[in-house]
Amino acid sequence: MKRIVIHEEHCIGCRLCEVHCLVQHSSSRDVIKAYRRERALIMPRLIVEESGPLSFALQCRQCDEPSCLEACISGAMHRDERTGAVVCDESRCVGCWMCIMVCPAGAIRQNLLGTHIASKCDLCYGAEEPACVANCPNGALTYEDIPDQEEGAA
Amino acid sequence: MVLSYTMPAFVIERDLSRCISCQVCVRQCANDVHVYDIEDDCVHSQDAQCVGCHRCVTLCPTHALSVQRNPLAFRAHANWSDQALRNIYRQAESGGMLLTGMGCDQPYRIYWDHMLLNASQVTNPSIDPMREPMELTTYLGAKPERVAFSDGRVETEVAPQLRLDVPIMFSAMSYGSISFNACESLARASREAGTFYNTGEGGLHPALYQYGANTIAQVASGRFGVHLEYLNAVAALEIKIGQGAKPGIGGHLPGEKVTPDISATRMIPVGTDALSPAPHHDIYSIEDLRQLIYALKEATGYAKPVSVKVAAVHNIAPIASGIVRAGADIVAIDGLRGGTGAAPTQVRNNVGIPIELALAAVDQRLRDEGIRHRASLVVAGSIRSSADVIKAIALGADAVYVATSALVAMGCHLCQNCYTGKCNWGIATQDPYLTKRLNSDLGAQRLTNLLRAWSLEIKEMMGGMGLNAIESLRGHRDHLRGVGLNQVELDTLGIRAAGQ
Amino acid sequence: MRIVIIGNSATAVGAIESIREHDQSAEITVISDEGPMIYSRPMLSHYLAGEIDRARLAYRPSDFWTRHNVAVIADDAVVSIDPVGHSVETNSGRVIGYDRLLIATGGQPIVPPLPGLDLDGVFTFTRQGDATQLSRFLEGVNSPRALVVGGGMIGIKATDSLWKRGAHVTMVELAPMILAAALDGPASEMVCRLLRENGVDVRTENTVTEIHGEDGRVRYATLKDASTVECDVVVFGIGVRPNSGLANAAGLKVNRGICVDEFMRSSNPHIYAAGDVAEAYDLVVDMNRTVAIWPNAYRQGAIAGAHMVGIERPDPGGVAMNTVEVMGVPAMSIGNGNAPEEGHDVLVRLDESANVYRRLVLREGRLVGAILVGEIDRAGIYTGLIRNRIDVGQQRQRLLDGHMSLLSTPEQYRKHVVRGAGIEV
Repeated sequence: MKRIVIHEEHCIGCRLCEVHCLVQHSSSRDVIKAYRRERALIMPRLIVEESGPLSFALQCRQCDEPSCLEACISGAMHRDERTGAVVCDESRCVGCWMCIMVCPAGAIRQNLLGTHIASKCDLCYGAEEPACVANCPNGALTYEDIPDQEEGAA
Repeated sequence: MVLSYTMPAFVIERDLSRCISCQVCVRQCANDVHVYDIEDDCVHSQDAQCVGCHRCVTLCPTHALSVQRNPLAFRAHANWSDQALRNIYRQAESGGMLLTGMGCDQPYRIYWDHMLLNASQVTNPSIDPMREPMELTTYLGAKPERVAFSDGRVETEVAPQLRLDVPIMFSAMSYGSISFNACESLARASREAGTFYNTGEGGLHPALYQYGANTIAQVASGRFGVHLEYLNAVAALEIKIGQGAKPGIGGHLPGEKVTPDISATRMIPVGTDALSPAPHHDIYSIEDLRQLIYALKEATGYAKPVSVKVAAVHNIAPIASGIVRAGADIVAIDGLRGGTGAAPTQVRNNVGIPIELALAAVDQRLRDEGIRHRASLVVAGSIRSSADVIKAIALGADAVYVATSALVAMGCHLCQNCYTGKCNWGIATQDPYLTKRLNSDLGAQRLTNLLRAWSLEIKEMMGGMGLNAIESLRGHRDHLRGVGLNQVELDTLGIRAAGQ
Repeated sequence: MRIVIIGNSATAVGAIESIREHDQSAEITVISDEGPMIYSRPMLSHYLAGEIDRARLAYRPSDFWTRHNVAVIADDAVVSIDPVGHSVETNSGRVIGYDRLLIATGGQPIVPPLPGLDLDGVFTFTRQGDATQLSRFLEGVNSPRALVVGGGMIGIKATDSLWKRGAHVTMVELAPMILAAALDGPASEMVCRLLRENGVDVRTENTVTEIHGEDGRVRYATLKDASTVECDVVVFGIGVRPNSGLANAAGLKVNRGICVDEFMRSSNPHIYAAGDVAEAYDLVVDMNRTVAIWPNAYRQGAIAGAHMVGIERPDPGGVAMNTVEVMGVPAMSIGNGNAPEEGHDVLVRLDESANVYRRLVLREGRLVGAILVGEIDRAGIYTGLIRNRIDVGQQRQRLLDGHMSLLSTPEQYRKHVVRGAGIEV
């Protein structure tokens, strides 16, 4: 399946990925409106890790055998049949945080902005290219077809 | 600190109806211009530190930013320009030389813009480059006096040549003055486009040896990074005597830029200033130069052309003649507007002559002396477009060197602050936060695109002139006409006025 | 290939999804003494709390069985296994043959024998039926008073849910502290304080000895210390014990749970056991034991299912872990989080006013446990380090930093995780 590949050597820590992730998951899909009207209710689905000059944007790694899927008690965490991506059905999530407890990348976070659910990358729901990849100014994220392999990260 | 009389050069305009306080600008400015105010959840800008590099403007996701020239007006004075006043304020505060980067920014006449190209009409057919083959291949190196045959075979031994797929090379920029990623971008683009880049006086990083076949290695007055392996790893060598941006001046890479990697590449201790002397201390005559040329040829088995690079100065024609007679295979001449990573502003702006005039004078002199074939002529110093390239070749150059254009292709916005080491575009810096900003994959791609685009334009213009090989254009000054030039200038350029 | 699965919870789902990933032809039959709905046991507390309706208890959609081509026998319990004849017999007298059998019978709630268990208002809290009845019961009582027996994970979840339903809750725990199995002293105290601050009457070193009724309904309970607690309902949330009666009767090797190998095979090569009923490998304690948690149940089911259809996916082992949210403050326990300081390298960070606590336990430079209260984002990074037995001796202090980050893990491991799928450390 297609996965987001992280090139930490090219990440410049500008966090445009965060901005565009947030916009992509807003209802208006307009950067100014998303920030003006919805900022208090939406959060970026990725995490920018930063320590000195080293930085990278981290999204769900789309493990072959996702621990979050194993651990999810509500069945919200599932593989999208069309895209193969591991996504969280927010209408089913109850915010038990089991997925957070098991994700080895720490790529899932609590969304407590007026709700109580797990928040993770959804690869922009089958978009040709996720917003973070499309808007990275330095090619630090690429979207590549990488076949499943034997083992997930954990 | 005492109040500074220097007012900001730029004013930053932030459209608050667009700014979303995402702080991308804050993170991107190495000059700390933008500051996030957590109390008010807004971003402020400190205009005084802005160098006008447009990094923030380019990355702002809502296009909320604009950088304007500070409209603050002095009383108009034809003699005392704003810049002259500002310079004095700054020097009165610092007591130091004014430093700058990139090429001369003064409004001297740009002769390229006063020369126009010819095209075929009716009596001589033009060529459509979309349908017919067009040859841009150029060979640099000494050409034989005559070609001798025996039994139908060529007997003459031809001196080593550089083969260029396009008559454009990337001129010398050292690893140190620019980042590793910038060097790698140039190297990779050279291989991709079938041309050459030049190491400058920075030595050759081990990771770049793989691009040796597309590398010209410089030997300059500091001899930094010069060793046998370096000389033999590359396609050609270049002795740097001078540089257009600062003729007669040496180089100075401040110690803070001498990182462990650069130290190893240059073969100097970490953190020490890398001082390139103004002259080569072993060259005081053409004969001395000849010794170095042949020392390099000897070291590399006479397998590589040796170039000698000089700045365009008043007596450039006899100097070039001497260089050719000293045994150089290529003479590279860098004009007044050539760039630099750091130079005293007054030197940059007031020393040397425009490359167009130097080129015309050198080409003519070498022809007059009957030695034009003994060396190729490469010119540098602000080649801004394919039109400049084609005019240079028509004036007599074999090829051109571009550096500023290459930097611009990689993102440079000509803020002229290279010497501060805070290049926000990741080019003229060694700061690991900043060097990452130039992804060499993307840098190489942009450079390759630029060369491709210029090649297409050159072919189009050549076709229009009825030429199908760049060789046929070289020194063909009849394809040029001058506009707005006086007779002395026309004569120096060796061209006729438009209409003649 | 005929596959029979006893039980229809996480283990069964894990097995079925795994089987169907590799094999479309096997005949799968699921037998359950509950209804055909695949519901989530851990969600019962959310249901009881009134946060979700009954429909959202569904762990998989109702067409799961048909889509995976599974025959379901619901509301019918298996009463015996014939390991020689390769068949099981149900309560209704059905005999079903198998080539491979998976025992996924889970656990049954522990209810100590004491007078008054037959009264109306006495509940356990592990099955949908229990939760539904309890919920309905509460609807009929004005400002109900509840006594929760057990201060472990189940007891705490029940307490939190009942509190959210507006009940006045008294919780008794036999041990000196609540959540003793998962948390250490300070974390336990923090949770206990949160409960008390919100009006829950927590009584430790105490338990119920008798339940008294009136008109067949619960009225009050007598505790070990001879005090009494007035209550309308008594909920047993002590824990579960493996439901291994069938396996015992069939002559399988059973300790506390059914003994299994790394493919979840029992002592009979045709019979597998997985989930709460199985005694599988725990990689932190480096021995087999029963750990009744949802992720283990699913994973073990998947391993068993795969092996039944010829795919060898040995179990790397489980890590005991759990998470609970008390009064809106999440608490997590991963691995040996409450290991004693002797023999371990223990790192602690406490911010009492913010209800934040973190305790990391290292042994020989490797993380073996973590307790987190309050700030739990990215806790899985710890789990990954535990699971992969990563040497974090160099990073030990950074691991405790407020902002947990992959950058606090060893570079090689970080790159491995960041690369994602399929590259060994």
